[in-house]
Amino acid sequence: MNVNWAALGEVFIVGLVSVAALVALFATGIRGVSQRVAARAQGGTGAGGLALAVVCFAACCVLVLYGLFLIISR
Amino acid sequence: MDVPLLVAVVVLTALAFDFTNGFHDTANAMATSIATGALRPRVAVAMSSVLNLVGAFLSVEVAKTISGGIVDDLKITPAVVFAGLVGAIVWNLLTWLVGLPSSSSHALFGGLIGATWIASGASAVHFGKVIEKVLIPAVASPVIAGLIAMAATYLTYRLTRTADRKVVSSGFRIGQIVSAGLVSLAHGTNDAQKTMGVITLTLITAGALPSNAGPPVWVIISAGTAIALGTYFGGWRITHTLGKGLTTIDGPQGFAAQTSAAAVILTSSHLGFALSTTHVVSGGILGGGLGRRASNVQWSTAGRMVLAWVLTLPAAAVVGAIASSIASRGTAGVIVVAAVGIIVAAGIYLASRRKPVTPDSVVNDELSLEPLKVAA
Repeated sequence: MNVNWAALGEVFIVGLVSVAALVALFATGIRGVSQRVAARAQGGTGAGGLALAVVCFAACCVLVLYGLFLIISR
Repeated sequence: MDVPLLVAVVVLTALAFDFTNGFHDTANAMATSIATGALRPRVAVAMSSVLNLVGAFLSVEVAKTISGGIVDDLKITPAVVFAGLVGAIVWNLLTWLVGLPSSSSHALFGGLIGATWIASGASAVHFGKVIEKVLIPAVASPVIAGLIAMAATYLTYRLTRTADRKVVSSGFRIGQIVSAGLVSLAHGTNDAQKTMGVITLTLITAGALPSNAGPPVWVIISAGTAIALGTYFGGWRITHTLGKGLTTIDGPQGFAAQTSAAAVILTSSHLGFALSTTHVVSGGILGGGLGRRASNVQWSTAGRMVLAWVLTLPAAAVVGAIASSIASRGTAGVIVVAAVGIIVAAGIYLASRRKPVTPDSVVNDELSLEPLKVAA
């Protein structure tokens, strides 16, 4: 019997890195929305927050689609 | 019984197993979204069901692991596969009745191993492969998913600490819906594959396909459809356990837990690890609980679940072995096993009706507008 440590390690590393990136991006996007809401409540435009949110959410989508692409393209 | 007819019976039984797999595992993907109110129960299962179907088409690596690996395909017959499936279905239904999120995959492997062992001896089971491809991932995957979910949950709360509460809660609801979709998709890439693997294995043992062949297209379509239908049927009993029983789940935790689970399952599917979606998702939910406040985790429920995990493979193996010793006696044996299987399944179904668990018990707020029952 041989335990395929390399593959298990791969699952862990790939999982950890991709999840951390996704979660960080998503949470930052939510912060962006939150900044926008706060800025607008004080009469500002909140454009900076909105831009941050859009960039982060778009990056999230790209990351997920890239992951799926890796699986399908095999 | 002549071989083509028997093969047809096995294929039907495999699809029946896939159906039980679908409703047994609906909870995996949707429990947290339903529990936090991000999705209405019926919408959740419909979405999950479609994505399962899509997932079934994405990858066939896991199907190959099953059809070309854990048991010796030269030594077993369709009757053996049939017995193994009956073992798996019976165990799946029993755990569903008591609301335990046990692994459909382990039920399937257990059933097949038990049936093969009785029919052709221990040498026909590739124990090395079983350990490498089934047992090690079974232990490692929930731990991996749990650790990742813990880190992800911590990160999520840390990053959104200063953000507006309302934005956070509605934002993570959307995130949760997307991540639940990913889990469903991942479930399709891993669990639908298992049935495909079994049907392919049967076709190989019957000589309809060469050894080491991949699943034909009609097998992919029918297996994907069966699991999608089962998912739509909805396994409210297990959803209840996972969504409410294990730990209190908030939007950000559900999001972190599910994203972690989806990533682990998809990566493993890609590498051909037939891991248990159930274990991974439960590990993720536990990790999500731990990442926020460890005291929220219901360790007694977690303990019960782990016990069910440990028991699943051997228990299904015993049922599979008994079924196999009868089914391998020929046509009459197969008919007896089929009849007993149907009676047991009907009995479990009737028992479940005595104390039904409906979507309403999973979400007890105003969502109970549509009159829903356990059985559609």
